[in-house]
Amino acid sequence: MSVLIENARILDPVDGFDTVGALCVQGSEILARGQIPDGFEPRRRIDGSGLWLIPGLIDLAARLREPGQEHKATVASETLAAARGGITSVVVPPDTEPPIDSPAEIELINRRARQACGVRVYVLGALTHQLEGQQLAEMAALMQAGARGVSNASKPLASLLVLRRALEYATTFGLTIVLSAQDPALTGSGCMHEGAVSTRLGLAGIPEAAETAALGAILALVEQTGARVHVARLSTRRGAEMIAKARADGLPVSADVAAHQLFLTEVDVAEYDPNCHVIPPLRGQRDRDGLRAAVARGDISAICSDHQPHEPDGKLGPFASTEPGISALETLLPLTLRLVEDGLLSLHDALARVTTGPADILGFAQGHLSAGARADFVLWDPTAMHEVRRKDWLSAGHNTPFFNWTFAGQVRETWVAGRPVWTRPAEDTA
Amino acid sequence: MTETQIAHPGARLPEPGPLPNRLQLTDDGQLRHMLTIEGLNRELLTEILDTAESFANMNEKAVKKVPLLRGKTIVNLFFEASTRTRTTFELAAKRLSADVLNVNINTSSAVKGESLLDTLRNIEAMNVDMFVVRHEESGAAHFIARHVAPGISVLNAGDGRHAHPTQALLDMFTIRRHKGDFTKLKVAIVGDILHSRVARSQIHALNILQTGEVRVVAPCSLLPADVDQLGVHVYNDLDAGLKDVDVIIMLRLQRERMEHAHLPSEHEYYQLFGLTSRRLQLAHPTCLVMHPGPANRGVEIESAVADGPHSVILEQVTYGISVRMAVMSMVMGAHQA
Repeated sequence: MSVLIENARILDPVDGFDTVGALCVQGSEILARGQIPDGFEPRRRIDGSGLWLIPGLIDLAARLREPGQEHKATVASETLAAARGGITSVVVPPDTEPPIDSPAEIELINRRARQACGVRVYVLGALTHQLEGQQLAEMAALMQAGARGVSNASKPLASLLVLRRALEYATTFGLTIVLSAQDPALTGSGCMHEGAVSTRLGLAGIPEAAETAALGAILALVEQTGARVHVARLSTRRGAEMIAKARADGLPVSADVAAHQLFLTEVDVAEYDPNCHVIPPLRGQRDRDGLRAAVARGDISAICSDHQPHEPDGKLGPFASTEPGISALETLLPLTLRLVEDGLLSLHDALARVTTGPADILGFAQGHLSAGARADFVLWDPTAMHEVRRKDWLSAGHNTPFFNWTFAGQVRETWVAGRPVWTRPAEDTA
Repeated sequence: MTETQIAHPGARLPEPGPLPNRLQLTDDGQLRHMLTIEGLNRELLTEILDTAESFANMNEKAVKKVPLLRGKTIVNLFFEASTRTRTTFELAAKRLSADVLNVNINTSSAVKGESLLDTLRNIEAMNVDMFVVRHEESGAAHFIARHVAPGISVLNAGDGRHAHPTQALLDMFTIRRHKGDFTKLKVAIVGDILHSRVARSQIHALNILQTGEVRVVAPCSLLPADVDQLGVHVYNDLDAGLKDVDVIIMLRLQRERMEHAHLPSEHEYYQLFGLTSRRLQLAHPTCLVMHPGPANRGVEIESAVADGPHSVILEQVTYGISVRMAVMSMVMGAHQA
């Protein structure tokens, strides 16, 4: 089908394109951006007056909970939530149950994704067998089955020797290795940032060094092996500075941050709010500001949701025994654009952190609006005031600290491969 | 680029007043629950201590019972072993004529699947009026207070490392009985501050009562991060920390601190941080020696000191009953006339 979207403000971070004009879609691809080619006869015309047209978001970390944790969420429920949030591609970490350590799990997830709303679903394969941190997983088989990279999620590796061997083996196939920088012993039973707030609340803290010590070891092994490593979910200012220095030194490393880390701090844990129980933890204001600065500079080139939906019981208990994580697909784009309002970075740079940035990290072809690109895009209504409300929420996990936050702007429509996968219902405005 | 505090128009506005009070006080400032000392004001702490004073006088008489809580049901819900705290709560409840039910739940053997909330709902269904809760997790009392039916009060009898408010109150009561005015006092809390809910509650209480100086004395491996922000002076040397103090509060050292590499040995700890007769002489001549119990003699305190003339350790236990009677009667809105 051919579609013409007219009079929208087209914003494409790939080259800073910012023009009110037309986007022509032919089949699943973008035919032209800006002007209408001669002889283009669209079957459907959409008036985009007053709207922004941006590339669909690519989210580097979204737990969809299938297989194994369908009581929390499903591929169907969460891809629809992603679509509502303007996300058109999600990357699933391998810590499903069982973990994604064979082609069978990948096939299962792909099958579920085909039955769902159409949002593209990608997976990271396990770095080690069953994520146990001992033996290597069959990475070549995982790659052939479609894994976009390998990762041990947040599970520890037995030793730095295992990490070294895993980096070397993955590099054989040019695979990107996604690592979280958390020293398991220094993390211990910690459940929040170690500092004045953890002291006051009597909660076991996770020191900054849990991240920086692990990151130091990772960077040393990247230097040794030349492996292409992506560091997932930075939480400290010092960690961001280490990444900046490593990149300046020419190491093949990149990094991302979860959107909530750019807005919340340890103080938001307040009186044991389980919705602020996340790993890595919300840290101090200097960390938040340091992460923001690294996002602005581009040393952190991707912002992700780190989506972790939970059933209500998962968050019902004393703080430390609740399950960590935020249901975050539906707030990724609003929070990212809030960074522009806050004066942190330009609109194009903000969009790049959720489109071209993550695309470059895992080698995706989408994430921009050039002619020939996949027709994955979002129509954004910049004038609609949008309060985050439980009744509009599509994720099966209601565990978010952002209910009742109000944002300027809202997703009007989300398109994947030239088809609308989500359209805002009339009542979903506030 | 913005690196300062950013006001988000959409963010929830902080509600007025110190946070814990939204849960534990009624709108007119009365105690609804007793979860933590933090955030309570001096007037309320003083009122509790005054109320406890009247019960203490009664407890020294032949007839030790008043009908203030007759017909009320109080449940001691203990997820963590305790003898002294539970028995003093039980005795306090009985002296107020309440019915008492003791429920001990060994969490390590608790069947997975029965959540804390399930346990709570089941007991709640028996129409109880108050829970006295001890739990190994910080924030457990807050969690329970948030989820109990309206009208049920929750008393925190110790949650993880977070708070043990009635212990701190009985310590304040003991200090006040001996010393009167807090503003001129120097108080040293010595030992495992990191893992101590007692120390945290004492620090809040001492500061609210405007104590002249609050010190903590410990090796760095037993101090929590940024402890000075609780409003204390930090000493790593016991001799320096005891100089001229009016009250010494010794904390119990758990054996597992050696296993988890916080300390090398009990022996070295005693050499450096044990309260001995010699060290006691560094303090003010009328110094009180306190301990929340049970004391490890020869580990954190010399027997001669624990049993010596400065020690008020057994008085603390006695006053624990009066203080708990005061808190129980106040949360039930049954202030003694």
